[in-house]
Amino acid sequence: MSKKMHIKLNVNGKDEEFLAEPRELLIYTLRERLNITGPHIGCETSHCGACTVTIDGKSVKSCTMFAAQADGKEITTIEGIGTPDSLHPLQEAFKEHHGLQCGYCTPGMITRATKLLEENPNPSEEDIRFGMAGNLCRCTGYQNIVKSILAAAAEMNAAKEAAE
Amino acid sequence: MIPAAFDYYRPTKMDDVIALLQEHGDDARVMAGGHSLIPMMKLRMAEIPHLIDLQAIDGLNEISIEDGQITIGAMVTQHDLINHAGLEAAAPILREAALQIADPQVRYMGTVGGNVANGDPGNDMPGVMQCLDATFALVGPDGERSVAARDFYEAAYMTAREDEEVLTSVSIPAPQGGYAYEKQKRKIGDYATAAAAVQIVKEDGKCTAASIAMTNLSDTPIYSVDAGAALVGTAVDAAALNAAKAAMLGNIDPTEDNRGPVAFKKHVAGVILARAIERAWSRA
Repeated sequence: MSKKMHIKLNVNGKDEEFLAEPRELLIYTLRERLNITGPHIGCETSHCGACTVTIDGKSVKSCTMFAAQADGKEITTIEGIGTPDSLHPLQEAFKEHHGLQCGYCTPGMITRATKLLEENPNPSEEDIRFGMAGNLCRCTGYQNIVKSILAAAAEMNAAKEAAE
Repeated sequence: MIPAAFDYYRPTKMDDVIALLQEHGDDARVMAGGHSLIPMMKLRMAEIPHLIDLQAIDGLNEISIEDGQITIGAMVTQHDLINHAGLEAAAPILREAALQIADPQVRYMGTVGGNVANGDPGNDMPGVMQCLDATFALVGPDGERSVAARDFYEAAYMTAREDEEVLTSVSIPAPQGGYAYEKQKRKIGDYATAAAAVQIVKEDGKCTAASIAMTNLSDTPIYSVDAGAALVGTAVDAAALNAAKAAMLGNIDPTEDNRGPVAFKKHVAGVILARAIERAWSRA
């Protein structure tokens, strides 16, 4: 067994410090050590995107990063995006447009979509399909996910205009 | 999936990286984005007792374009590459290829250096770099040396890089003419069944230079001198396309796997090369 490392993360605005083996994958750190269970374990082979989190401004599959690599970084999970009382426009849109059925992929979908809309606030349907290609859904056939993201983009742009 | 235990290092100086590689030899490996290596470690197909993370080394994530020479640091990610306006103007084939690699999340982490250094015949950038006649800078205990991309790949996962060396950057003479990277894959995120990188120069309706490399059709990328030569001096008509295809098919050596039997791969390679040449020619 290798030596444990002292690791510091900032998760959803909160500083976390702990000792962990370097081989601990970030998804396990989040779910089992920190009890942040929004990011899910789907395929665990870097394909499905259910474990997607935002790390220093990048959408990352947290099953494919060691906690040691994330040492010193800022991480946002679905828990940091909205709350049950105050849903993010994307969460509201997924609810409104049936962007989920079983809901397993949804935290990863929405976390990825926040970054997509940040980089491209006016995406076309094609932009969304291409930009969401790292997230798999086995229920919806993607149609309503795309619809939800388009609706959220419109909503967020309208809110931004109203604020200006 | 839990990888075998390892010691993790995040050095800030390249000298320290080299020292670790010298100390631990084959038991040590450098890691850039980790999106090839970590999945292999999780499957326990790779055991790396000493893992050296390059993220804190300065100067590996720069892109420069000067005097017709493009230099890309090894830690530049596919995402960085796709979003670099200067690079899109100077060598648009890089962006076209990078957009066909993996998926958005993987492209935020996956690096140019990792893609070319790993030696996986499925990686896309090695063929692109051979097409562009890139050279790779390698730093080791005896200093720096450079190796042409066309001489770098020896067999699957076997390259001209020594165990104690690190690939630090890629240099490319700014390409001329039309370009295309055409890739056939089963789904987003997959490696190529066949892919072709083409750069082609047109003068007065005739091809004066052509460079062609193929991905995932042998245990290394294949730079096909013969396929390029078959186009030079022609108007890239049907006969020239067929000659280039035939020449390319003489250079590749695909094997049967879950992407299909050999005959299918050769068929797809021909289709993909023809498409790539036609698109590059239309842009020349």
